[in-house]
Amino acid sequence: MSEDQARKVIQTFKYEPKRLERGYSDRTLYVNLSDNTVKAKTISEETKDVFIGGRGYGLYYLWQAVTGVTKWNDPENEIIISCGPIAGITQYPGTGKSIVVTLSPTTGTVIDSNVGGYFGPFMKFSGWDALEVQGKAERDVVVYIDGDKGVVTIEEVPLGDLNTHVLAERLTDYYSESENDKKNISVVSTGTGADNSLMGMLNFSFYDRKRKAVRIKQAGRGGIGSVFRDKNIAAFVIKFSNVNGDLNNPADKKRINDTGIKMHKEVASMDPKQNNMRKRGTTMLTPIANDNDLLPVCNFKFGTHPDAVKITKWEDKFCHTGSDGCWYGCTVGCAKVVFGFELRTGPYKGQKVLVDGPEYETIGAVGSNVGVFDRDHILECNFYCDTYGIDTISFGTGAAFIMECYENGILNKDITGGLELNFGNREAVMELLHQIAGGEGFGKIAGQGIRKMKKIFVEQYGANSRFLEDIGMEAKGLEYSEYISKESLAQQAGYGMANKGAQHDEAWLIFMDTVLKQIPTFEDKAEALHFFPMFRTWFGLVGLCKLPWNDVVPANNADTDEPQKVPEHVENYLNLYNGVTGKEATIDDILFESEAVYNFQRVFNLKMGVGKREHDSIPYRSVGPVTVEEYESRQERYDDQLKDLIGVDPSGKSTEEKIKVVREYREKQYEILVDTVYKRRGWTDQGIPTLDTLKRLRVDFPDVVGLVKKHL
Amino acid sequence: MKIVAKKPELCDGCGICEETCAQAWFKEKDKEKSAIRIMDNPNGDFNIVVCDHCGECVDVCPVEAIKTAKSGIVTIKDSDCVECYSCVGFCPKGAMFKHPEEPVPFKCTSCGKCVKECPTGAIYMEEV
Repeated sequence: MSEDQARKVIQTFKYEPKRLERGYSDRTLYVNLSDNTVKAKTISEETKDVFIGGRGYGLYYLWQAVTGVTKWNDPENEIIISCGPIAGITQYPGTGKSIVVTLSPTTGTVIDSNVGGYFGPFMKFSGWDALEVQGKAERDVVVYIDGDKGVVTIEEVPLGDLNTHVLAERLTDYYSESENDKKNISVVSTGTGADNSLMGMLNFSFYDRKRKAVRIKQAGRGGIGSVFRDKNIAAFVIKFSNVNGDLNNPADKKRINDTGIKMHKEVASMDPKQNNMRKRGTTMLTPIANDNDLLPVCNFKFGTHPDAVKITKWEDKFCHTGSDGCWYGCTVGCAKVVFGFELRTGPYKGQKVLVDGPEYETIGAVGSNVGVFDRDHILECNFYCDTYGIDTISFGTGAAFIMECYENGILNKDITGGLELNFGNREAVMELLHQIAGGEGFGKIAGQGIRKMKKIFVEQYGANSRFLEDIGMEAKGLEYSEYISKESLAQQAGYGMANKGAQHDEAWLIFMDTVLKQIPTFEDKAEALHFFPMFRTWFGLVGLCKLPWNDVVPANNADTDEPQKVPEHVENYLNLYNGVTGKEATIDDILFESEAVYNFQRVFNLKMGVGKREHDSIPYRSVGPVTVEEYESRQERYDDQLKDLIGVDPSGKSTEEKIKVVREYREKQYEILVDTVYKRRGWTDQGIPTLDTLKRLRVDFPDVVGLVKKHL
Repeated sequence: MKIVAKKPELCDGCGICEETCAQAWFKEKDKEKSAIRIMDNPNGDFNIVVCDHCGECVDVCPVEAIKTAKSGIVTIKDSDCVECYSCVGFCPKGAMFKHPEEPVPFKCTSCGKCVKECPTGAIYMEEV
């Protein structure tokens, strides 16, 4: 039987492809997989004004769809993909980002995850500001958007292997008419790991013409892929041809062009002297992290390791072509790739494959944090996580937690089914990953994420609850990304107060705080914890990548008043935003827009039962030394702090006694900072936005106010 | 291949090459539409900017719209360009140009028309 005969179209929706106006189509595509409804929704001016796009639209639609008791696997839960008004311009680096929003299986509240690849821009050019998918299909389906013809279909197609490296390539072939047509296809897919765990992610594809290969970027965090598979979605596929630089129909194209060319010149001249992202991608962070005691080693116990030099250099592994952007015009080009890597384990053992990455986070997560300092292991693990649809961060941080439990006797071979999960055992790490993806053995437990594992280990294996709370690196149910925050109070709060859970994309303040010492007081830190989360949130409203903001900077940046904000790039972004939309927004205007959406998300957390102060607490491992081994590894530093900061003489005290004093001090510091930040943000001391704050930000909708009032 | 080579010390800044190029490719005399540019130096002499077909733009182009022909000459296929202007920013000679009225960047194709019109011999075709 040919594929066309086997293809079963179960719903067809025809629409008029619509030209964008100043970055917007003002409509979204709604798909319900339970009853196969497909329809267009209009976005009102009022909604656009407050929510802007991207994450804002995701939050707006999800808020309408769910109640406070909706669970991640209820049919009411939605997956929303939206980019925002700037997304899809081709003239500036990092302008193709989509934001995916859903209720997370591990946090129980909203997760937002940003991702590159061509799907988001193609969706806009096909006439949709967002894709909103609700319900559950009976059998695995593909939702196909043909943006050229103006047709949306829900289809059952012969799928076979669901793992991304097979499926995305197969669907790219299937929906394209020729080799030259493949560039017009983007696939959103995941893999068996998303079927069998709660840490499933989504891969967004783009066709790499130079390498003639399907490439992928990940919406990694919070289990979105698990929601996707729970809805029996095999893939979203989109087709759009004839990309050019004018499809957003911007208000002032020359302003965008001039800004883009200026930035390309800056990247060309400065990147080789600065981070060299074009050659190294985000791997450039690995030696910096290791040198500054920030690289997580053995479940965040340590921040550096002598063997880390084995995993810091990657340039020789990468296949270079000169254009590694995950959307057109990204000259920063961090999307690195390793070609012809021969797999040593698992179902594809012996095959030579393309590995997208690794990125810094993956190196930290599946390398140093599990005590494995081997590049081939990292590539193997990176590949399998990607194709299985498993978030490398949650997997690595989760595996590190398991290993520390194993080494402390909480777990043993009887429990793990024979896996010797000591730090450094790379074979065991890979076997654990294969088990998670297959829903087998101990993998069934490991795939639940740290928060659920803690409960299981206490209830079933008699673990000490407090110890697990101290070393289980999650906040709000989301596993930590890969930075040691012990010496940066501001970064501890950056993790703890992040709306989605322990991810660094709201605030990355470690260098400002500890190395450059630019924010010494609580008020300074609180100001940084206001500005940076708001500014970074804005990237997610308009469809931008954060990296070109501050991973390459103008030659004179250090001489500016606020180099950490990269003022010239902020000006660039205003040019792009105003150039597309025709607004004349200032930096204060865009911060205001972000603050509104940010506070709305905070209230959304409250709606889902996690938006209070108690939910901003963090594991002590992220604050200070939990164990004697940790304290003694940095004894000089901690002893000095005892004397200089706390006023306690360490001499004559046991390590346990010193740990106790340090802990009391550090935990108190954290609480003072939380108080200061809440005040700066206009929240109560319980972390709830006040009614005045909601009114000022124009998110004082009746249901929002009604909800908040119950908690004041 | 033959490329446009230069002897800036012979250039008198008359701009005939620029007009000739703009006329040849865009049927206009707007020098901003020329793929060869004469730049004034502070000391009174001139700098001649023109592509030497090094291929840097070929690497940075994400869509293979810029290619090196068998002859060695680097050319742009307009219909494949997505107007990202990476090539404009990355050209080490500053010889890839963008004009507000033209969506696709442009560059010297080594046609030689400017050379024929140059009154001083400051530009000439050279086999490399």
